[in-house]
Amino acid sequence: MNPEKTEKISKIDLKRNDMPKQPPDIRRHNFNEVALGYTEELAVKEAKRCLQCKKPKCKTGCPVEIDIPDFIACIVRGDFSAGIKKLKEKNCLPAVCGRVCPQESQCESQCILANKKGEIAIGRLERFLADWEARQGNIDIPQKAKPTGKKVAVIGSGPAGITVAGDLILLGHDVTIFEALHKAGGVLTYGIPEFRLPKAIVAREVDYVQRLGVKVITDYVVGKTRSIDELLKEFDAVFVGTGAGLPWFMDIPGENLNGVYSANEYLTRMNLMKGYQFPMSSTPVKRHVRVAVVGGGNVAMDSARTALRMGADEVRIIYRRSHAELPARLEESENAEEEGVIFNMLTLPVRYIGDENGWLKEIECLKMELGEPDASGRRRPIEIPNSNFRMEMDAVVCAIGNSPNPLVPSTTPGLQTTRRGTLVADQETGKTTKERVWAGGDIVTGAATVILAMGAGRKAARSIHEYLETGRW
Amino acid sequence: MNSIIERRMIVPNMHILTVEAPDIAMKVKPGQFVIVRANDEGERIPLSVADWDEEKGTITIVFMEVGASTGALACLNGGDAVSTCVGPLGNETEIDNFGTVMCVGGCYGIASLYPVAKALKEAGNKVIMVFEARSNYLIYWVDRYIKLADKIFNITRDGSLGYKGHVTRLTDIIHGMPKPPDRVIVNGCTFLMARASEVTRGLGIPTVVNLNPIMIDGTGMCGVCRVTVKGKMKFACVDGPEFSGHEVDWKEFLARRKAYLEEEALFFRRSEPKQSLHKEGKCQA
Repeated sequence: MNPEKTEKISKIDLKRNDMPKQPPDIRRHNFNEVALGYTEELAVKEAKRCLQCKKPKCKTGCPVEIDIPDFIACIVRGDFSAGIKKLKEKNCLPAVCGRVCPQESQCESQCILANKKGEIAIGRLERFLADWEARQGNIDIPQKAKPTGKKVAVIGSGPAGITVAGDLILLGHDVTIFEALHKAGGVLTYGIPEFRLPKAIVAREVDYVQRLGVKVITDYVVGKTRSIDELLKEFDAVFVGTGAGLPWFMDIPGENLNGVYSANEYLTRMNLMKGYQFPMSSTPVKRHVRVAVVGGGNVAMDSARTALRMGADEVRIIYRRSHAELPARLEESENAEEEGVIFNMLTLPVRYIGDENGWLKEIECLKMELGEPDASGRRRPIEIPNSNFRMEMDAVVCAIGNSPNPLVPSTTPGLQTTRRGTLVADQETGKTTKERVWAGGDIVTGAATVILAMGAGRKAARSIHEYLETGRW
Repeated sequence: MNSIIERRMIVPNMHILTVEAPDIAMKVKPGQFVIVRANDEGERIPLSVADWDEEKGTITIVFMEVGASTGALACLNGGDAVSTCVGPLGNETEIDNFGTVMCVGGCYGIASLYPVAKALKEAGNKVIMVFEARSNYLIYWVDRYIKLADKIFNITRDGSLGYKGHVTRLTDIIHGMPKPPDRVIVNGCTFLMARASEVTRGLGIPTVVNLNPIMIDGTGMCGVCRVTVKGKMKFACVDGPEFSGHEVDWKEFLARRKAYLEEEALFFRRSEPKQSLHKEGKCQA
C-alpha cells in the first residue's frame, strides 16, 4: 500500500457523534422529546466526518433522493440556511423525517463508512437543519407559479397528503386538503407520540402549507360527508392519501375485554386527545399498573413507552420472534429498554382472561421457537406445545399492524383494490384505476414509513401537474 | 367549527341541539350519527341525528346530559359553536316495506327514531311507536309522532302514562295486538335495547338496535367501539351502528360502555371549572 493512501485513511474519523438525550430515569416520567438534537458545534463536527464521496451512495438509499453530501457540505461551511434550502428541494418535511425516518436502513446503511460502523449520522444532521430553520423564526415562503385555475382535492393530511399539497400549490394550482379528524397531520398527529415527534413540529409543517395557500378542511370524512365522485364534480383532480388506519386484532378469546386496546386507540387517546393531561383534558384514560404491548414494531415501542410515562409499574413488549427480528428501529427498541420496558421475546398471547366485570386480569401466552426463514426472510416462529403460561396484566395494547381504511375504496366505484385492501395505483405516477384519481402512501403500500409516503406524494404531484397541464390522463 | 342555531332543554336533562352543518344535512340518512366536540379540549362523542333541514343546512340532535362532555354541550347556546361536528357516520337504517314496524324509544332514542319512523311510514309501513320513560313528563316530541304514527303506546316506570313498569311490558303490548309486528326497532340506552331484544327474541320478531358505544374517530381507525355480534368482532362505527338485537353480546357491550365511569367522576372532582362552560352564566339558560 502506498504511504500516501494510508495517511488519508487514518484521518477518517469513525466516531459518530451522539445526539444528547434526556436520561432514561428522567424521560420515562415525562412526555417531552427524548432526543435533544445536535448543537451547532456537534453538527459541524459530525458533518466534517463526511468524506464527500464522488459517487455518493447515501443518495441512492434515500427514497426521495436528497442531495445528502451537498447539504452536509453546507453544514461544514456553517451555511445552515443554504443547507436547509438544499434539503427542502427534495424533502418538504425535514424536521419530521430527521426524527422518524429509518435512516439506519436507508441513507446511512449505504454510507461508505457503514462497513466500519462509522456511518455519518445523516438523520441527525437533517433534523439539525430543520430545527435551526425553525429557531430562526422566518421560514422562507417560496415564489408560487401563476394561478392555473385548476383545483385539486387531497384526501388525508398525513405525510403523503401534505407533500402533494405543498408541491401542487407551488405550481399554481388551487389545493384543498380534507381531513377526517379535527387536527391535521394524520399519523404524525394521532399516532407518533409527543416524546418522539413533538406535535408543535407537525403543526409547523401544516401551518407552512397553509401559508403557501393550501386550504385545510378538518372534520370532513370523504366517503361519508362527500364521495370522491362528488368531489370530482368540483375538483379537476383528487389525491387519496388516507393511510393505513384499520387496526388488526388477533382473533383470540377475550379481545373485547375492557383494558384491551388497539394501538391506534391507545395512542390516539394520548396524542390526539391529549389523554396524558387527563383530567385536565376531557378524554378519559385509565391509569394502568401492568401493561403488555403485543408486537415488535415502532408502534409497539411507542405504546410501551407511553404506558411507562402514564405511570405503569411494569410494561412488557410481547413479541413472537426474537430480538433480532424486531421490526422496530434499533434506536427505538434501545430507548424502550433503557427506560425500563421488559421484553418478552418468543412469546405469543393466545387468550385474554377477564374478571367478573369484564376487565382484563391475565393473559395466557405460549412460548415459541424459531424455525426456517419465511417469506419475509425472517425466521418463522413456531409454537412450543404445552408451553402455556399466564401473566397478570391490567391492560394489553395490540400493536400488530393496520390495514388501509376501507372508507374511500368502498364508497368509490371504479377504484380497484388488492386482496390486502390497498388501492391499485401505478408506482411511478400514483394513478389509480379511476380517471382523475391518484393515490399514495400507506393506502397503496400498506403500513410503511413517512418517507415512502412522502416519496409517493411527490411522484403523484408530478403526475397530477402533468395531467392538469396537458389534460391527458 | 359549526355554529349553534339553538340549544334548549326539552324535558329535564334532555337537550335539543340544532347546528349549522350544510354538508351533513345534505347527506344524512335515518340511523346515522355525528361525532361532536363541544370545545377545543372536548372529548369526541357520537350522537344520533334526530332531524335535519337540507334547505337551511342544519341538523338536530337530542342528547341527555349525563357527564362531562354532554355537560359541556348543554352549556352552549344559540350563537356559540361546537368545535367539531363530523359525519354523517355509520350505516343508514334498512328501510323497506316490512308491514308493521314497532319503534321502541327511550331517552334520546325517542328523538333518533323520528327520521326512522318517518322513512318507514313513507315506505308504506304501519308504524307503531312505543315510548319508555321513568315518568310521563320525560316523554317528548309526541306532537311530531301523532302526525305520523299509526298508534302510540307508552310505558312509564311510575305508571303515570300508559303501561306501568319496564320495557319488558312490551310483551303485553305485543300480545294485545291483533298480529305481532313484523319488525321491531329499538333506540335508546343500552339497558333498554338489551331488555327489549330479550322480549322480542322470545316472540321471534326480528329486532334492530342502534348501538351507542364509546367512540373516538368514528371512522374505523381506533376500534374502541368493537362489539361482538353473532360471535364475530364488529366495529359499531363502520359495520353498524345497527345490528340485530338478538345477535349482540349485551353483557360485553354493557361492560364496555361502563369502562370510564370512574374517570368520569374523577373529571368532575379534579377538573377546574371551565370558563367556557360558565360564560356569563349562560349555562343557566
